Amino acid sequence: MAANRDAGRVYGLLTEFESPSALVAAVRQVRDAGFRHWDVHTPFPIHGMDEAMGIRGTRLPFLILGGGITGLGLATLMQWWMNAVDYPFAISGKPLFGLPANIPVMFELTVLFSAFAAFFGMWGLNGMPKLYHPLFTSRRFRRATQDRFFIVIEARDPQFDAGRTREFLASLGGSVVEAVGESAED
Amino acid sequence: MKSPVTDPLDNTLDDPTRSPELVLGNNDFTTLTAKVSDIVLERRTPRAWYVAFIATAGLTGILFLMIGYLFVKGVGVWGLNNPVGWGWAIVNFVFWVGIGHAGTLISAILFLLRQKWRTSINRFAEAMTIFAVICAGIFPGIHVGRVWVVYWLFPLPNYQAMWPNFRSPLLWDVFAVGTYATVSLLFWYTGMVPDLATLRDRARGKLQQIIYGFFALGWRGSHRHWHRYEKAYLILAGLATPLVLSVHSVVSFDFATSQLPGWHTTIFPPYFVAGAVFSGFAMVGTLLIPARQWFGLKEFITLHHLENMNKIILATGSMVGFAYATEFFIAWYGGNPNESFAFVNRAFGPYAWAYWIMVSCNVITPQLFWIKRIRTSVPVMWVLYIFVNIGMWFERFVITVTSLSRDFLPSSWAYYKPTLVDILTFAGSFGLFFTLVLLFIRFLPMVAMAEVKTVMPIADAHSGERRSVGDYHGDIPRHARGRDDREGGSR
Repeated sequence: MAANRDAGRVYGLLTEFESPSALVAAVRQVRDAGFRHWDVHTPFPIHGMDEAMGIRGTRLPFLILGGGITGLGLATLMQWWMNAVDYPFAISGKPLFGLPANIPVMFELTVLFSAFAAFFGMWGLNGMPKLYHPLFTSRRFRRATQDRFFIVIEARDPQFDAGRTREFLASLGGSVVEAVGESAED
Repeated sequence: MKSPVTDPLDNTLDDPTRSPELVLGNNDFTTLTAKVSDIVLERRTPRAWYVAFIATAGLTGILFLMIGYLFVKGVGVWGLNNPVGWGWAIVNFVFWVGIGHAGTLISAILFLLRQKWRTSINRFAEAMTIFAVICAGIFPGIHVGRVWVVYWLFPLPNYQAMWPNFRSPLLWDVFAVGTYATVSLLFWYTGMVPDLATLRDRARGKLQQIIYGFFALGWRGSHRHWHRYEKAYLILAGLATPLVLSVHSVVSFDFATSQLPGWHTTIFPPYFVAGAVFSGFAMVGTLLIPARQWFGLKEFITLHHLENMNKIILATGSMVGFAYATEFFIAWYGGNPNESFAFVNRAFGPYAWAYWIMVSCNVITPQLFWIKRIRTSVPVMWVLYIFVNIGMWFERFVITVTSLSRDFLPSSWAYYKPTLVDILTFAGSFGLFFTLVLLFIRFLPMVAMAEVKTVMPIADAHSGERRSVGDYHGDIPRHARGRDDREGGSR
């Protein structure tokens, strides 16, 4: 194992688990130890992890609500301006702007803009696309998207100390502790 | 497995007190990942794939040839005549849009209803949705007559300083289908990103790593990301659910808001939606059965999954049959002579042959799924799916053509017949559809790996803690659970 060869340029330390149940117990300990810059990497979302990590709710739903309101407003304004103001359509003596006939487009654009907000908002808040990340330099970490579960504590965490944090991670019961460099040097 | 079954891959149960296993064959996360991603990354492309691809690509070529011919000559190359101004173009459009609905039903509605069996088939069904909507979108695009002003469909400034009429259901259609295609694509892609990351991390070729890596957006399974991802996925499902119901409702408005007997009925929106789901499930099954057979996915797409799909086909098929009966009843009970003529004409007029094909395929076929032997026999169900596909195409044909060909004025009645161009264009759209399906199964993960992992018993973080309730808890993906559940954790 490539131990502390990359001492000055360490991104963080990772430890690996084989099952979700072992992981959750360890995650609670990391949370209680008071680390701030750390994360859990799993191939699929695990029940109870929000609570175990102490993650608070995301503001994404409000972004999506904003998207929906924007779509609704835009659809209303567009139909009113195009059919009643800029080019009045007089058809069978019907009012130039009548809500019932405009509801389908209002609904569709509400959904469309909400979906855009959900999609772009979620990736934006997650800081993606981010095609390079220091964790990608670890071969072991490739299994984080397959069948292994990882806890990573970053070196920029104020409590991080190469020796003590390594000991702490080793005590959590994972199979291995590995240092991850900022960039691929080997 | 506790059940005394002889076939290890038969997990169809009649015991309602426990749910069947959704992943068979002693798979764990490792083997599941390998079996699904190796289809794309490791396995040599089967020769049959190339043969099929050449055939479907050829058909696609015919589609574009026919479209080119149509553009050069005009819509006169189709069989349209004076009362029948809407022929196969609209029939095919409604047919293909309808097919798409099953994908959204599986991916969104079954997600909200916490049907965990959806995880094995949702990727495939959503892919089918997108390809079907692409095929559907072609027809209104090419049938406008003057294709060079096709942008008039959209509210874009043009040299006449005119805007489209927002009171027209045809314009609602543009927005409904456009939104549907976009949201389906976003939903499909969002669901696929974690699996694309899996492919990136397993790929051995540089090119594969770069391409999958690009589309994986840098996904690394961070739980802080999963947290927002699940929220976004849940909300997208919530948005897609009313959307999919609205799409075929709006499509049905194209007919229902007109004054034509046989079209002007309030039953159309729910009847169209049920028919769409019915036809879509048949198409998913048509494609899924060969795919699971050839690519060794029987452990993930199990007989239980197929049986569940057949039950949905039975339910929606019965709704469709009931709608046919209701239409006839209202035509008689409503006392409108034009309306009752339109329906008698459907069943006994010049298009009676089409009407009875429709009834035998759509009313009789699904009822066979009451019988468990039929519901769980793979070859039999595949044949029945084909009948449903045929029947549902004929339903759209019957609705569109019978009402138009004999409207109010007998002197203007005419019989509509498709031309060779009509037929080849429709066949070509199947070519495009199957080409896209073939590309999908060759280059993208067919089964949503990350999602299937969440429904495997070993995925339960509390396994052992509360085994008896655990069966229930482990069943539901974490994101689909209620708030109280999350707060009930051991803090």
